[in-house]
Amino acid sequence: MDPATMVGQVSSMVGKSMEQTDVHSARVKVFQWQDGVFHKVTLLFALLVLAGLFGILVSLAIEAIPALREFGPSFVWTNVWNVPEEKFGAVIAIYGTVVTSLIALFIAVPVSFGIALFLTETCPAWLRRPLGTAIELLAGVPSIIYGIWGLFIFAPLFSEHVQPYLQGAFGSIPVVGGWFSGPPIGIGILAAGIVLALMVIPFIASVMRDVFETVPSVLKESAYGVGCTTWEVVWNVVLPYTRVGVVGGVMLGLGRALGETMAVTFVIGNANRITGSLFAPGNSIASVLANEFGEASPGLHVSSLFALGLVLFVITFIVLSLSRWLIRRGTVKQGH
Amino acid sequence: MSTNDVELRQDIALQVRNLNFYYGNFKGLKGINLDIERHRVTAFIGPSGCGKSTLLRTFNRMFDLYPGQRAEGEIIFNGKNILDKKQDVNLVRAKIGMVFQKPTPFPMSIYENIAFGVRLYEKLSTPEMNDRVEWALRKAALWDEVKGKLQQSGLSLSGGQQQRLCIARAVAVKPEVVLLDEPTSALDPISTAKVEELIYELKSEYTIAIVTHNMQQAARISDYTAFMYLGDLIEFGATDQMFIKPQQKQTEEYITGRFG
Repeated sequence: MDPATMVGQVSSMVGKSMEQTDVHSARVKVFQWQDGVFHKVTLLFALLVLAGLFGILVSLAIEAIPALREFGPSFVWTNVWNVPEEKFGAVIAIYGTVVTSLIALFIAVPVSFGIALFLTETCPAWLRRPLGTAIELLAGVPSIIYGIWGLFIFAPLFSEHVQPYLQGAFGSIPVVGGWFSGPPIGIGILAAGIVLALMVIPFIASVMRDVFETVPSVLKESAYGVGCTTWEVVWNVVLPYTRVGVVGGVMLGLGRALGETMAVTFVIGNANRITGSLFAPGNSIASVLANEFGEASPGLHVSSLFALGLVLFVITFIVLSLSRWLIRRGTVKQGH
Repeated sequence: MSTNDVELRQDIALQVRNLNFYYGNFKGLKGINLDIERHRVTAFIGPSGCGKSTLLRTFNRMFDLYPGQRAEGEIIFNGKNILDKKQDVNLVRAKIGMVFQKPTPFPMSIYENIAFGVRLYEKLSTPEMNDRVEWALRKAALWDEVKGKLQQSGLSLSGGQQQRLCIARAVAVKPEVVLLDEPTSALDPISTAKVEELIYELKSEYTIAIVTHNMQQAARISDYTAFMYLGDLIEFGATDQMFIKPQQKQTEEYITGRFG
């Protein structure tokens, strides 16, 4: 090969590679443009969430202004809900919401823990899948069905077979006896709490099961390896390891219990008063809204209902913040 | 060999007789017979899937946790068959400790990581427990590194320290046998050296069975070596002899790196 052709070849090679560079940079530009568009679009979607949240908060607040102006901050702790006289306070509904949700958690957390523990640790393999599916199906049952079932089937059975027994067992104990006083009519705060518990169990149980399954089997094995029983492994290793997820699951359940409307409206009794007894009918924020919005006269009544909605919003926010705080505190304590 | 013979041999910690192991229908161990000598280090080597970890996990019945896995045969420990269904599995595991491939500190403080296992079987006063924790951490050559931060999370330690914490945890309950399942495969060379030294120290008081992929490690630290292949125990004998003059062709090929 003579030098001239070699030079020619080299220069043509250089030209080729420059051509390639151009193609390359063009493609990079396309990629950058695509990435940019993708980034903007996803950002837009994410902003929609913020806009929605903010919009709901603002519209609730605006609609609630007349009521808040009339009653002032004492709206939150006033124990009255009198539609004809247009005197409104939120504490009856707050009480109903909080107490029914606490009853629900009181029942649902241990039961869900048991379900999740059984499913992940001791359940025979053939039963695992059907049981897991059943729990997920239970989570999918519409709340109105729980409401109908609660009103027509559970409440009568409850008043006939459970409430008299509870009164007999706890009636004479001071303080606690008061919770179980009054006529056993079935529907009421306690019935609502129990129905809510049934509704949130599938949620809490399936979250707990999922997080329990994330525990590395080698970690469990090493706990078994020092001679732990299943219970000791779950209590001392699985639960601390999954604490964040478990708290999250409980809070998911609590969030659902606080806001649950239809089922509660059916069984809570819809009475606007606070009595110490759990047997007594009451009202939750969601049930008041569901019952009264349709026939509320414009003005103070509607505005007070909006204010109630705002209160529910704030309660949910507080619960969420509290759970975040609990999780963070636990993490710090563990020394991560 | 009759059971009478078995009980006469005080120098044997674990006697494995006709051990078969099944993963469902798959036979993972095929008629293993083996004596593990007290206060010696026995290493198990062989290519992946040969059954060495499986064998180790029969010694403390870890396979019990998984439905579909079962073992047949005898593993005699202190005159009793570990595989006997009547044998309390938690007591067996307290006497036969285990350390795993990956460090697995419990999600609690360094102190609690040690005290937790001890508390399961012994009631100790606080000073006694403090002593025990220090003793175990010293045994694991970790005390000097953690003595100022016993209340910190076990997870805050480095990988090598975590593994020594796991060894301390296993030692703290005063077992007779310590099973090590590739204890250094996730560690850097310096941590590995520390753990190896530790194994050497520990054998005066404990019987040690170790699974390793590292042939040099087996040669360095073990008194006896078992070579396994496809669920069979191919060769078992004194480590020196095994590495210098293996009896079986397969062993020689594996040790010299011609297969595996």
